[in-house]
Amino acid sequence: MRIAPGVLAEIRRHLAAAYPTEGCGLLVGTRGPNGDVVVRRQLPVPNRRAADGGGRTRYLIGPEDFLTAERDARQASLVVVGTYHSHPDVPARPSAYDTEHAWPWCCYLIASVAGGEVQEERVWELRDDRSGFVERELEVKEP
Amino acid sequence: MPVTVHIPTPLRPYVGGRHTVATSAGTVGEILERLAADHAQLRAHLYRDDGRLRTFVNVYLNDRDIRDLAREATRAADGDEVSIVPSIAGGAAGPAGAVDVAAAIPELNHAEILRYSRHLILPEVGPGGQRRIKAARVLLVGAGGLGSPAALYLAAAGVGTIGLVDFDAVDATNLQRQILHGTGVVGRPKLESAEARLQDLNPHVHVETFPVRLTSENALEILRDFDVVVDGTDNFPTRYLVNDACVLLGKPNAYGSIFRFEGQASVFHAVAGPCYRCLYSEPPPPGLVPSCAEGGVLGVLPGIIGSIQALETLKLILGAGDTLVGRLVLFDALKFRFRELTLHKDLDCPVCGSHPSVRELIDYEAFCGIGAAPAYEGPEITATDLARDLRENPALELVDVREMREWEICRIPGARLIPLGQLPERLSELDGHKEIVTHCHKGIRSMRALEILRAAGFSKVRSLRGGIEAWATEVDPSVPRY
Repeated sequence: MRIAPGVLAEIRRHLAAAYPTEGCGLLVGTRGPNGDVVVRRQLPVPNRRAADGGGRTRYLIGPEDFLTAERDARQASLVVVGTYHSHPDVPARPSAYDTEHAWPWCCYLIASVAGGEVQEERVWELRDDRSGFVERELEVKEP
Repeated sequence: MPVTVHIPTPLRPYVGGRHTVATSAGTVGEILERLAADHAQLRAHLYRDDGRLRTFVNVYLNDRDIRDLAREATRAADGDEVSIVPSIAGGAAGPAGAVDVAAAIPELNHAEILRYSRHLILPEVGPGGQRRIKAARVLLVGAGGLGSPAALYLAAAGVGTIGLVDFDAVDATNLQRQILHGTGVVGRPKLESAEARLQDLNPHVHVETFPVRLTSENALEILRDFDVVVDGTDNFPTRYLVNDACVLLGKPNAYGSIFRFEGQASVFHAVAGPCYRCLYSEPPPPGLVPSCAEGGVLGVLPGIIGSIQALETLKLILGAGDTLVGRLVLFDALKFRFRELTLHKDLDCPVCGSHPSVRELIDYEAFCGIGAAPAYEGPEITATDLARDLRENPALELVDVREMREWEICRIPGARLIPLGQLPERLSELDGHKEIVTHCHKGIRSMRALEILRAAGFSKVRSLRGGIEAWATEVDPSVPRY
């Protein structure tokens, strides 16, 4: 998955500010016929679990937020190619909960945040049979 | 004009990359089923193994969520639009009830890195998790049978701050199970020996002591600054007090209790599941459930249950695995069986339900029927007076109402054993013209015996105050205490 340095910097800023709550958002861009993903822009979305106190270890992007993002992306001939979220004080690996709730053909960028600073980002994609995630390469480069 | 089904980006590869699929009218359930039948790979992403729609699959008819209509029975007519819309959920490996520890997570020094190395190499703990453990503040209510193993393991694990509430002194009868305390500290305050033991075990741990009885007046103040509360109490008023205070403060309560050979454990966290009152809305009548002092307890048992409480506490701090929120574990040591019951939140629960009637801490002694009026009343006699009366009145009948196994430990010379449970059937063995003194271990059961005898018409009856315990300390030191 390729992402521009400026877009990644925005994501980092958002997730660091959300700490110790999980921050989340959508990734908008293109997906080529051979599966190449290019992220053109990031879209911060409110964590719908923040209000009920579950936001420390959970995030939820509501259907309305997804629908709006998808409609906007379409205007620009883009699609929703993935999502990003933070794991406060835990490694940037998908949890069992992430796997259980994951969508296919969707890049999951997970950032571990400790003490309000992003430690690392890793990108994952659900296997077609839902058995788990495979890690994808993260390329920070202008598209 | 057919029904148009809008497919979200993540599912388009399964329908040939199309944004929409046209289909004929029907219920939303039928339309989705048809879609899954035509595109086999789609099924696993739409439906769970039990055939129900996944919770994060939202379906809209035109612009309305079918959950607000007739759900999957909602009819889509020609010209309608059905949209499958994902909501995207996930998050760090957090179980129900995981707690927030301090926002500022402390660093580990070299000595701590070495000490906790077996934690640090676990993916579920790691340096981040160990720092959360260090940041955590855990309060143990009771430094006795359950509190001992829980405190030892939590201190060893590196919980940054351990609070201890207890006002008792160490008694020789505690040492069979309360492994925080040793022979050399009998008679000293429990908190003194507990603090010394925990500091020796792990000097990186900060121990805060509260040498008080937990009451409705001080509970909120004491509990407020802690992340997790471990309930190691041995009585119902304090157990309800701890529960209610945790609910009011939104704290998780790692609960455990023990009796004889059986124990139970759970995590009560009203934010994420049921509380103790959802399980036991009312306390048992006073005296019905004997305490460990009355009924006995196998010394290893609190080691098992207290360790479960420590385990659940660490999981709550780490946000790892599945906690006992909503589950009650029952352990039978003699059969060696663990059973698990699913607990449900009681929506009518007076403290954590949707319309709570308990909004502040109450009088828990009164709630549990204790202290209002003595359950049994009757004339008592002290051990010293009994010794004199026995010398002066050889006809005095001394009735020991304890159990046979207690009788085998020790007895007062000249006493006759009639266990309390057999007394009503064995009244004919007693002479109503004689003076009778009943006795038990500490003077509670003998008062009940007194009541039974007086109800049966025996008039010259007294009960030994303080039981054989008082006899051993005041009259005859050769009688062993237990």
